[in-house]
Amino acid sequence: MGVGFIMLCHTAFDRAAQVARHWAERGCPVVIHVDARVHRHGFARMQRLVAGVPGIRFSDRHRCQWGSWGLVAATLSAAEVMLRDFPQVNHVYLASGSCLPLRPVPELVRYLADRPRTDFIESVTTEDVGWTVGGLDIERFTLRFPFSWRRNRKLFDASVRLQRRLGYSRRIPDGLVPHLGSQWWCLTRQTLQAILEDPRRAEFDRYFRSVWIPDESYFQTLVRLHSHHVESRSLTLSKFDFQGKPHLFYDDHLQLLRRSDCFVARKIWPQAGRLYRSFLSDKLAEKSPAEPNPARIDRLFSKATERRTRGRAGLYMQSRFPRDDWDHGRTAAPYSVFAGFSDLFENFEPWLGKLVGTRVHGHLFAPDRAQFAGGETVYDGALSDSAALRDYNPRSFLTNLIWNTRGERQCFQFGPADVQDILPFIAADPHAQVSVVSGAWAVPLYRSGGDFTTIRREAARLQKLETWYLSVLRAGWAKARVRVWTMADFVADPMEPMQTIIDEITPRALRRPAEAPRLVDLTGFGRFLQQLRNQGMQPVLMGDFPLEDEPLAPPRRARPAGTK
Amino acid sequence: MTPRLPRWLWPEVPHAEPAGAARGVPPSVRRLVIAARLRWRRRLLLLRALRKRSELCAITDRTAAIEPGAILGAATVRNEADRLPFFLSHMRRLGVRHFLIVDNASTDGTRELLAAQPDVSLWVTGGSYRRSRFGMDWLTWLLARHGHGHWCLTLDADEIFIYPHWETRDLAALTDWLDRQGRASFGALMLDMYPKGRLGAAQVAPGDDPLRVLEWFDAGNYGVQTQPRMGNLWIQGGVRARRFFADEPRKAPTLNKIPLVRWDRRFAYVNSTHGILPPRLNRVYGEAGEDVTSGVLLHTKFLPGVVARSHEEKTRREHFANSSRYDDYYDALIADPELWCERSTRYRGWRHLEAMGLMSRGGWA
Repeated sequence: MGVGFIMLCHTAFDRAAQVARHWAERGCPVVIHVDARVHRHGFARMQRLVAGVPGIRFSDRHRCQWGSWGLVAATLSAAEVMLRDFPQVNHVYLASGSCLPLRPVPELVRYLADRPRTDFIESVTTEDVGWTVGGLDIERFTLRFPFSWRRNRKLFDASVRLQRRLGYSRRIPDGLVPHLGSQWWCLTRQTLQAILEDPRRAEFDRYFRSVWIPDESYFQTLVRLHSHHVESRSLTLSKFDFQGKPHLFYDDHLQLLRRSDCFVARKIWPQAGRLYRSFLSDKLAEKSPAEPNPARIDRLFSKATERRTRGRAGLYMQSRFPRDDWDHGRTAAPYSVFAGFSDLFENFEPWLGKLVGTRVHGHLFAPDRAQFAGGETVYDGALSDSAALRDYNPRSFLTNLIWNTRGERQCFQFGPADVQDILPFIAADPHAQVSVVSGAWAVPLYRSGGDFTTIRREAARLQKLETWYLSVLRAGWAKARVRVWTMADFVADPMEPMQTIIDEITPRALRRPAEAPRLVDLTGFGRFLQQLRNQGMQPVLMGDFPLEDEPLAPPRRARPAGTK
Repeated sequence: MTPRLPRWLWPEVPHAEPAGAARGVPPSVRRLVIAARLRWRRRLLLLRALRKRSELCAITDRTAAIEPGAILGAATVRNEADRLPFFLSHMRRLGVRHFLIVDNASTDGTRELLAAQPDVSLWVTGGSYRRSRFGMDWLTWLLARHGHGHWCLTLDADEIFIYPHWETRDLAALTDWLDRQGRASFGALMLDMYPKGRLGAAQVAPGDDPLRVLEWFDAGNYGVQTQPRMGNLWIQGGVRARRFFADEPRKAPTLNKIPLVRWDRRFAYVNSTHGILPPRLNRVYGEAGEDVTSGVLLHTKFLPGVVARSHEEKTRREHFANSSRYDDYYDALIADPELWCERSTRYRGWRHLEAMGLMSRGGWA
């Protein structure tokens, strides 16, 4: 009973030798294969590093390019040496020079001794794999691959396309069912022997020579012919990024690797001294016979993949700047824009803030300064209220604000008197909830008194601007959730629309506003509009206000909470 | 209600064509023209560096000791004797094996300090900092001569370079990973660090970790835009924009840098290390929503010495192309201000910076 290791090396010989000695000195024979592309000095060095250790052999050297037959050939010759020279070996474990054992050798020996007939090899039919690089699965077995995928990607792709178009397909040898899987396996002596001594081996080898990436399919396929009990998983822990490249493990992964309970991990950064020291130490505590559980550490790596593919929505920084047409996550979180409400209600901001439990800003895009909640001059993230800074890059101003206050709903006022540059960005942002009471900008004008010629000119200007931004908000490309009421409609029944907006901001809170905000006194507003008309300006955005005051809805009180 | 709109009031498409498209030149042609112009610009920069090499005088040239694959540090310094011990020890800790340093007429013992370091090759020059493109001409020459094929980290002496996992993974691990990703450049944000209280009041001994007193920074007020021609970003903001350039944000200092590059003798930094040619090296950011791995340069400009130094720089006029426009900035610094505010954030390490979106691990788990 025993386990032997085949180790494929091409670089970082110090570490490979360290691990090989570790195994060999604990009674597990090691057969080392050194890539034929390594200079003879490198090979001599490797030999020197393990000299004098019984139980270490070197096998014939083959050229091992990525995804080439050489890797399989190397494994086969090393396996021959292993089976020939070490009759006590019952399981053969395929490892690489950058592998590191994570659990004490006796644990692995015992684990395998308890399962003497089991072959641990990930072996999945081509229909069931979701991870193949280049999108090729069954075609790995039926096409030919004269060009290197790594070096001549274009030619590679062209030849695949050409063969598909011509309908070319190689014949798969009888009896073979293509399987794929991780190249790091652990097979029993019987299975490995059967593969090596198969009477049809020459035929299979010839066939697999021109299969693409045979190291992921040769043993995985043939094991199905010879094994009695395939356990389709790898005992080696390895994690791959979204491009199919293996993640390296560094010193800071120590705890993570411990938690995985796997027997061997790949690949280890050669300079991760702490990992090598800890895991090759004899003081490594023996654990209960736990099953390897690589899924336990998945979270870290799936997060990395997510960061690398989708990134953090709403973040603009030195290593993330999505193109303009990027609509997924323009901002980090939903926010609300209110236009006209603070003109109509005297205490709108504190009222809303109390109701939805957040700080409500004034006009963030006011011409003189950003009116942050509570009159702050510097807001979260040291965001300045300077209008010049804000207007220099309004988009960054808004995205920064939303990013800095993640977790707290942002609400702010907007209006035609504000700086308008930001509006197209808001309109195209699915996170924006924009509520507009059109024409409400006239209320402060009406209440201001003063010279009517100035008022008339200002009214014309604001109406033009509001018309513009309404058309932006209604444009075909707009993605914001936009609601527009004319002032007349809104004033008639303000609480109904308010409730809709608030339900959307706090969907779970079934709160009804205890009291309505105070509507400003609109007595004489109809007359004011008529006056504007008389001066030749046509106020259209307010809707129909009666000339006289009587029919105007009195500021209604909403029902107090709880009474229905 | 659909009011009639005059033509000029029609909604603008938010993703407008870039400027110049209106001139009727097809975009493909425009791209070719831009590429050709950038190529010539790069060649001229290299030529300029070749010419400026005569301004350099080697004091200690230990470049023969540079091992293949070693990571190099490069810097132009002037009167940095207080900062250099920490600067060098931090870089050594990260795994920089050799330094190429130009001393621009220091008078405070900087030269002696550097000449005594076994891993520093030192050149001195009395030439104009401004007219050598803020030292870049000299460094371009040294990098082309000695940096070819090496990963090179080009910094100022008041910048402390950190990146994800820097405490546990050295630069060799980072550059190995960048090589695997097929990347030849690495971006970093310059983060202005400042003390609580007046700048001049802080106490720090020479050689100390400056972050012991410069503990604070602005976390979320950085404005980002792209520079379409070179393809690099333009980030401004931070405490200097907030305090000194709130009226003229355009003049606020540029904060994006590309300090770490797998150097080739045909490369040239354009504007400090904010931009580099060829332009593909400027793509240190994700355009399709992804986070790319990036770092931060902790900027220790605001040590107590900055007040006196601003006096000197204001009269030397060597730090900005158009220095007189920055008199107000120097005056504000000379007045020994307090930069800290209620919303300042305290430095708590790289994971904190990453969580705040100032750097990213990207796919480097």
